[in-house]
Amino acid sequence: MKKFILDLIVKENEHINEDYFVLKLTSNDKLPHILPGQFVEIKVENSPTTFLRRPISVNFYDKELNELWLLIQIVGDGTRKLSEVQVGDTLNLILPLGNTFSIPEDKNARLLLIGGGVGFAPMLFLGAYLNDLGYRCDFLLGGRSEANMVQLNEFKRYGEVYITTEDGSMGEKGYVTQHSLLQKKQFDMIYTCGPTPMMQAVASYAHKRNIACEVSLENMMACGFGTCLCCVTDTVDGNLCVCTEGPVFNITKLKWQI
Amino acid sequence: MADLKVKLGKLQLKNPVMTASGTFGYGTEYSDFFDISRIGCIVVKGITLRKREGNAYPRMAETPSGMLNAVGLQNRGIDHFIKHIYPEIKNVNTNIFVNVNGSTVEEYIEVAEKVNDLDRIPGIELNISCPNVKEGGMAFGVSCPAAATVVREVRKVYSKELMVKLSPNVTFITEIARAVEDEGADSISLINTLLGMAIDAESRKPILSTVTGGLSGPAIKPVALRMVWQVAQEVKIPVVGMGGIMNARDAIEFFLAGASAVQIGTANFIDPTVSMKVLEGIEDYLNRHKFNSIYDIIGAMTIEG
Ligand SMILES: Cc1cc2nc3c(=O)[nH]c(=O)nc-3n(C[C@H](O)[C@H](O)[C@H](O)COP(=O)(O)OP(=O)(O)OC[C@H]3O[C@@H](n4cnc5c(N)ncnc54)[C@H](O)[C@@H]3O)c2cc1C
Ligand SMILES: Cc1cc2nc3c(=O)[nH]c(=O)nc-3n(C[C@H](O)[C@H](O)[C@H](O)COP(=O)(O)O)c2cc1C
Ligand code: FES
Repeated sequence: MKKFILDLIVKENEHINEDYFVLKLTSNDKLPHILPGQFVEIKVENSPTTFLRRPISVNFYDKELNELWLLIQIVGDGTRKLSEVQVGDTLNLILPLGNTFSIPEDKNARLLLIGGGVGFAPMLFLGAYLNDLGYRCDFLLGGRSEANMVQLNEFKRYGEVYITTEDGSMGEKGYVTQHSLLQKKQFDMIYTCGPTPMMQAVASYAHKRNIACEVSLENMMACGFGTCLCCVTDTVDGNLCVCTEGPVFNITKLKWQI
Repeated sequence: MADLKVKLGKLQLKNPVMTASGTFGYGTEYSDFFDISRIGCIVVKGITLRKREGNAYPRMAETPSGMLNAVGLQNRGIDHFIKHIYPEIKNVNTNIFVNVNGSTVEEYIEVAEKVNDLDRIPGIELNISCPNVKEGGMAFGVSCPAAATVVREVRKVYSKELMVKLSPNVTFITEIARAVEDEGADSISLINTLLGMAIDAESRKPILSTVTGGLSGPAIKPVALRMVWQVAQEVKIPVVGMGGIMNARDAIEFFLAGASAVQIGTANFIDPTVSMKVLEGIEDYLNRHKFNSIYDIIGAMTIEG
């Protein structure tokens, strides 16, 4: 897919809680086509400690509204600076970057989308996309506590939502892989994005039951478009760049001990 | 319109803006963003005789005004380049240099010989300064006898433009530069990355899998500028300057210090079109100061008066 460097306009900057915000971006021109799993590289202006661009997954893309959403967690100077942008400001983005999830041919396939922490971001777009194509999916969302359970109303539009929190403040207490849904229902395909230990637990669950599984990795990146070779992950085909060969990988490709 | 053409040995570049090895892929990665044939010369990523997997992840750490990398020359080897990459890039209408690497003198020779046969590659950049490999690399660039040997041996088999890339991780850069010139290098490029490291205070662990890595970006510009200035006074062959160039003003400082051309590295990651902005900015500067040629500013820094 052709990559673009675009100045996008901030249409909304919605602070969901202390740590999370959603940027809704638009353009006077038509946005390029974007697929779920793909990400953007944002230039952070006026943050002297932020030298490189910041990779952020596409959280939602609406072709009709010509709108792109980013769900961002504040973890350092770059994301904090981004949280301060005002409606009408422009942000410079390189997009669309990376690959996408694979979609099974069988429209009746039972699909489970598991998100953890800010890994919710690409799961919403994927769910919406699958919905559009006529698939049904379930979401299993996990986090530390209720405060991390963001965009639930959005998720509910596209499927059933199941929740686990580590402190039990919402949904079932524990980790996503301990949710009772996994005992009750069979799945043909699992997609996941979240902290690495969570994705590895999900991968291990899927692997043991022979369920196809794709994970979306978030390795540290310098460029985001395949030239610095900094973002590699070890695979059965050797070191591959997460920014071009991923971020989505089938677990059979990765050398995880699962 | 000022004349931007520069000569590196016998080779003429249409303009003095080059892209630095390891930061511009094989060039084609950037063709979505602009017409890469406008660049004066593209140096493709480092190539070795055999395929290398490079170092383990993590290979990158952001630092104040720069970054550390420890890629470790991941590439698929010269034969793969000749068979699969060269046919893709040979029709790009500008100069393309191969960045040649080795763990032994023999490996450098073998790669250089193979590249010598490629019609559309008018030159090589001999990298004797990679800090991220266990054998060879920088070891050749930090000792005068070793640098002299590898340049002498490669010169015997390589007939086109031979640019040698120096490491800043030395005490006396001018001595290495002179040794390299004496053995027949056509030009010298510098600087490669400065050896550095980063520690994660919370985990009390190094950030890079290799502990140390190469520092690039604006953080190294003053060091690069100083070294380019020293080397340009020491040698007669053209000097190509790099290290932290983010815009045309940075590039002009390198010309004033004595560089005949500049390479843009890390800045390509942040703004993939930066090389074109640098090119336009240089043109604008020359016109504004009513200079007819880029040569009017090469080494034109005045200390007295
Ligand atoms: C493909 C991809 C998609 C991403 N999608 C999203 C997203 O949708 N929403 C979101 O909030 N974040 C996402 N991230 C992570 C995001 O890029 C980082 O959180 C951000 O770069 C941190 O920048 P900062 O300046 O705020 O923090 P920094 O000061 O750079 O870092 C603060 C802390 O976060 C850690 N950190 C920084 N980058 C990463 C990373 N890539 N992975 C893990 N830890 C990191 C650092 O080690 C440090 O401890 C994604 C990363 C990748 C590679
Ligand atoms: C990710 C990365 C990879 C690099 N790979 C190579 C390489 O393969 N060969 C080489 O000679 N230099 C390599 N370099 C060094 C650059 O070409 C350049 O000398 C250095 O980064 C300084 O310039 P800059 O500050 O403009 O980036 C690499 C630099 C970076 C950041
Ligand atoms: S981030 Fe540069 S190659 Fe992936």
